[in-house]
Order: sequence, then C-alpha cells, then structure tokens
Amino acid sequence: MAVRNLDAAPTVIELDQVNKWYGQFHVLTDIDLQVKQSEKIVICGPSGSGKSTLIRCINRLEEHQAGTIAVSVDGRRIELTSDVKNVEAIRKEVGMVFQSFNLFPHLTILDNLTLAPIWVKKMPKKEAEDIAMGLLRRVRIPEQAQKYPGQLSGGQQQRVAIARALCMRPQIMLFDEPTSALDPEMVKEVLDVMIELAGEGMTMLVVTHEMGFARSVADRVIFMDRGEIVEQGPPTEFFANPRNERTRTFLSQILHH
Amino acid sequence: MAIAHAPHAKARVAPWNDPVIRGWFFQIVVVGAVALLAWYLVSNTLANLERQKIATGFDYLSREAGFEIGDTLIPYSPASTYARALLVGVLNTLRVAVLGILLATILGTLIGVGRLSPNWLLSRLCEWYVELFRNVPLLLWLFLIYKVISDAFPGPRQAISLLWSSVFLSNRGLYFPVPVAHDVHRWMGVGLLVGIAAAWGIHRWAKARQAATGQPFPSIIAGAAAIVGVPILVWLLGGAPLDFSVPALKGFNFEGGTVIQPEFTALLVGLVVYTSAFVAEIVRSGILALHKGQSEAAYSLGLTRGQAMRLVLLPQALRVIVPPMTSQYLNITKNSSLAIAIGYPDLVASVNVTINQTGQAVENVLIIMAAYLSVSLSISLFMNWYNRQIALKER
Ligand SMILES: Nc1ncnc2c1ncn2[C@@H]1O[C@H](COP(=O)(O)OP(=O)(O)OP(=O)(O)O)[C@@H](O)[C@H]1O
Ligand SMILES: [Mg+2]
Repeated sequence: MAVRNLDAAPTVIELDQVNKWYGQFHVLTDIDLQVKQSEKIVICGPSGSGKSTLIRCINRLEEHQAGTIAVSVDGRRIELTSDVKNVEAIRKEVGMVFQSFNLFPHLTILDNLTLAPIWVKKMPKKEAEDIAMGLLRRVRIPEQAQKYPGQLSGGQQQRVAIARALCMRPQIMLFDEPTSALDPEMVKEVLDVMIELAGEGMTMLVVTHEMGFARSVADRVIFMDRGEIVEQGPPTEFFANPRNERTRTFLSQILHH
Repeated sequence: MAIAHAPHAKARVAPWNDPVIRGWFFQIVVVGAVALLAWYLVSNTLANLERQKIATGFDYLSREAGFEIGDTLIPYSPASTYARALLVGVLNTLRVAVLGILLATILGTLIGVGRLSPNWLLSRLCEWYVELFRNVPLLLWLFLIYKVISDAFPGPRQAISLLWSSVFLSNRGLYFPVPVAHDVHRWMGVGLLVGIAAAWGIHRWAKARQAATGQPFPSIIAGAAAIVGVPILVWLLGGAPLDFSVPALKGFNFEGGTVIQPEFTALLVGLVVYTSAFVAEIVRSGILALHKGQSEAAYSLGLTRGQAMRLVLLPQALRVIVPPMTSQYLNITKNSSLAIAIGYPDLVASVNVTINQTGQAVENVLIIMAAYLSVSLSISLFMNWYNRQIALKER
C-alpha cells in the first residue's frame, strides 16, 4: 500500500512519556505516540511486551501512572485523568474489540448492538435497531440478529463484536488480537471486515501478528518489547530492513513458521 | 459404515444383566422396603397409643384451644379452636419469613455489590458486616438483639414519646396510632389496586416512550406516586375521616393504637442481618464468577459502572446466584422456628402448646412438617421456575 501523506491530518491520540507499573514491574516505559486521524497502526511484539496494556490505557481499562494521554473528541482535546466525565467522553469515541469477543451472552445479537446506543446515547430504540441492522449487514450476518452469542461461531461472534463497537459511531477503533482466538478458516472473514473498515477512513490501532494485514493496511507498524517502543515505520521499510536487532529476531520468528 | 439393527437381531441378554429389568427390580425392592417400614412404624405407634389411652386423629382441631397468643394477625382469643391457634402460628411464621426474605435479598444485594466497590472504606465496611454476622450463630444474635431491645428501651411508664405523644417506643414495642375502622378503607384498598395497575401502566408507557424517543422516564418515582396517591385521593373523596385510635398508657401498658412487638422485631432483624451476610457473599461471588471481559466490554462501550452492573453483570450473575439463594430462602423459613427462643409466637410455639395440652404429638408433628414442607416446596418450585426463565440460550 502506498504510504499516504498524513502530515496534514489532525492528531487524534497523543501519548506523552507514558509510564505504567504493576507493583515493581515496569510494564510501559516512556511511551510517546501520536496518532493522526484515519491512520492505521499495527502494534506487534513478543508476548508480555505490553501491547495490550498500551492500547487498554487509551480507553482507561488500565490506568497509567505517569505522563499524559489525550484523545480528541469532536475537535476538543480531552486528557485522561481520574475525572469520570473525561473517561466517559473518551470511551464514547473509542471502540474496542477484544481477543475473546466479550459479547453479552444474556442478550440477543441485536440487543448486544443496541444496548450502548440506547443507554449511553439515549437513542430511540427503533433508530438504534436500524443502525444495528445496517451494521450487521455490513459484517454480513443480518440473519443472526435474533440469536444469542452462544449460538454463533467464533468468526461470527467477532464480527458481531466489531459491529457492536461501531454502533456507537466511534472515531477510533482499538483491536486487541482480534483473530488470535479464531480457527484459521475464520480469520479471513474477520480480517476482511477490518480491511473494509480501514478503507472507510477509520482511525485504527491494531495489536496483531497478522503480518499480511499489516503489509496491506497499516500506515505504520510499531514493534514493542519489554514495555518500550523499540522501532516503528511504514510497513515496507519495517519489513524490508528492520534496524533493531530485537526487531529482526522477532520478525524472523513470526515470519518463518 | 452404517449400522442397521433389525429388532430381532438384538443380542439376547440374560434378564439379570438387562439394565431395564435391573432398574425395575431395584425400584420395586426399594419401594417395597419403604412401605414395609412405614406400615411397621404406623401400626406400632397406633398400638402403643391405644395401650396408653391417648386419643388419635385430628378431632382435637375443632376443640377450644384455651391459651393466649401475644401477637396475632387475625382475630384470636383463648376461646378459638386449636385449628385457629395453629393458623395464627402459620401466619406469624409466614409474616416473618416473607418480610425476612424480601429485606435480606435487598440488603444482601446492596452489601454484596458494595464489597466490590472501588471505594476502599465502603468495601471494607461491607466485608466486616459479612464477617461479623455470618460467623456468630443466629441464636446468639437473636438473644443479643432481644436483650438490647428489652434493656436499652425504657419501660412503658418512661416510654420515649414521639410525634406529639402519639407514638411510643418502649421495651413493650413500638406503639403507634391506627385509623379507626371506616367504610372508606375498603375503597382505599380498591384504590391501592388501581394505583398498582396504574404504576404498571406507567412503567409500560415509559418503556415504550424510551423505545420511541430515547428519553428515559422516572417511572419508579411516578409509579410509587400512583400507588400512594390513588388511595389518598379515595380517602379525600370519602370525606377524609380522621378518627385515630391513639395509644395511651393504662396501668402497666398501652391501650389503643397498634404495636410492633419486640419479639417480632428481634426475630426479623436477626434473620435479616444473619441471612443478608450469606446473600451478600452469594451475590459477590456470582458477579466475580463472570469473566472480567464482560465488565470491560461494557465500560469500553461507554456504560457507567452502575449501568454495567444493572444491565450486564447482575442479569448474568443471577444465573449463578439463584440456586444458592433458594437455599437461603429456605433457611430463613426454617430458621424462623428459632422464634421459640425469644418468645415470638410462630407455628412451632402454637404446636408446642397444643402438644402439651392434647398429648397428640404425632398429629401435631405431622401438621408442622406439612406446613414447613409446603412453604419450602412452594419456594423451591418458584425459584426453579425463575431459574429456567433466566437460563442462557446456548447452541
Ligand atoms: N493485572 C496485572 N497485574 C500484574 N501484571 C500484569 C497484569 N496485566 C498484565 N501484566 C503483565 O504485564 C506484562 C504486559 O502484559 P500485556 O498483556 O500488555 O502483554 P501483551 O504484549 O499484550 O502480551 P500478549 O501478546 O501475551 O497478549 C505481562 O508481563 C503481564 O504478565
Ligand atoms: Mg495482549
């Protein structure tokens, strides 16, 4: 994919010297990261390197202890503090997709999608359902609307999870290894939905080891190790000549099996 | 390979190796043994009672009871029958059990959710509550609470008088005024039913409105207003009769008004604090049993903590909570028989006196067992039905 010029685009996520510890364990060290509007970033790195922690800090599922994280909401720069109002404002703009889907098993697929628009955005039920059905068509499972999550395959569940996050009309989507829990034959159907979403200009941060996805979609690939951003760059450069020794070791491990 | 079995091709099995025949054989043996044992016990007991000239049968139920009961929900006097005395006991047991179940559920759920609060002080307080109340036997709590009520409050003559001397708090209980019986009260009852129906209607309407416009409506407050308001309206239309029977000190105790007796209060408080500690643990573990991803998914969609709890976590936790909750409800019902320790006249108390006076222990024990069994079975059946309603749909 040709590298687009994102310099002119506004910055929507800004991490400045972010640090986080679990007790004595320094899980994020001096993270600096700026994400432009409609930029697609793939984050990779060995297990335990802090990839999940990093993106979970952006919507405050984890709390960082030093540095600042700011997200732009409707052009307004909102900083993540312990102020609940800020946290809620940011969460409305930031959708998240988890490795283990985390659909609500007691609700139908349709109710999974409409829950947040109805209760958070106070949207009329009919309107929420129209939006939800539109999204279910986009992820190609409108016929499952009345079923329960337990009745769907893994790939279908993950597509529902994406649609559920999109139902809130977020500007930014976070993906934490969305295909790692899937059987190989279902990976493609989820990646296809994500590629489509990328084509529509969504800002995306994706933790994944699907290097094919990174090559074709990412504007930037970030490699993390031991809580640090070790190397980053456009996919062509990143894969062709990684500069750091740790990146080379990691890439040789995941590309040769 | 397809395996097709014609019926006649079934391999022949010796009867003692055939699972169906075996099943029947053992069931017949068990039923037969139980029947034999029952027949032996019943005939022996009857023979013994006959030899001791003790009457059998339930004829005594229609005889005059002749004993006083201190706390009754329905009119009762020593001239009433034994049957009525037992009914008074059943109603007293039901009163304390039903109220106990309701209050223990509400309090226990609040405390269980409170223990999961990120607020350090709140979660510690809830933890201490649980540890304090569930680790001391209920009987001791009953003695303690009863003792506190009867010692901490003054006697009737020095009663604490509240609200311009119309409410009196003493070690004889809480005396307060009640309206003198009036025809309008029956219509107020009708008004109450109308109010409940209206509250239900408001709730339906509010749901429809939220579905249509997205605007939530405070249907709980409006519904409560309807339930309280309609009877008051009826009362006003009925000429607002304001005759109250006010308690007043006569001799050593109060007359007039009505009373919540200390025995009832002590038993109810004891049952509620003790059981709510267990309920809190059940609720807490039910919520903790949920995958952490459920609350994270809810938060990431922008739901507040309260919304996530109400819309996502509690409905799922219910599946885990309901079966052990059933046991707690049964425990409250059965533990209410500890009433006898502090003198609350429940079913066991009525039965005890009846046995002493008539000597017909077998019949009375049968009655008490039947009563507890039918209450317990009703609770179980209802809870099992409810459990099936909330079961998850899997593939
Ligand atoms: N709640 C926690 N308490 C203590 N340590 C934690 C906690 N959560 C994560 N960690 C540790 O922090 C480190 C980073 O975790 P994180 O989940 O961010 O890694 P990751 O890069 O996403 O790894 P993976 O590829 O396995 O998902 C790990 O070593 C993990 O053990
Ligand atoms: Mg991870």
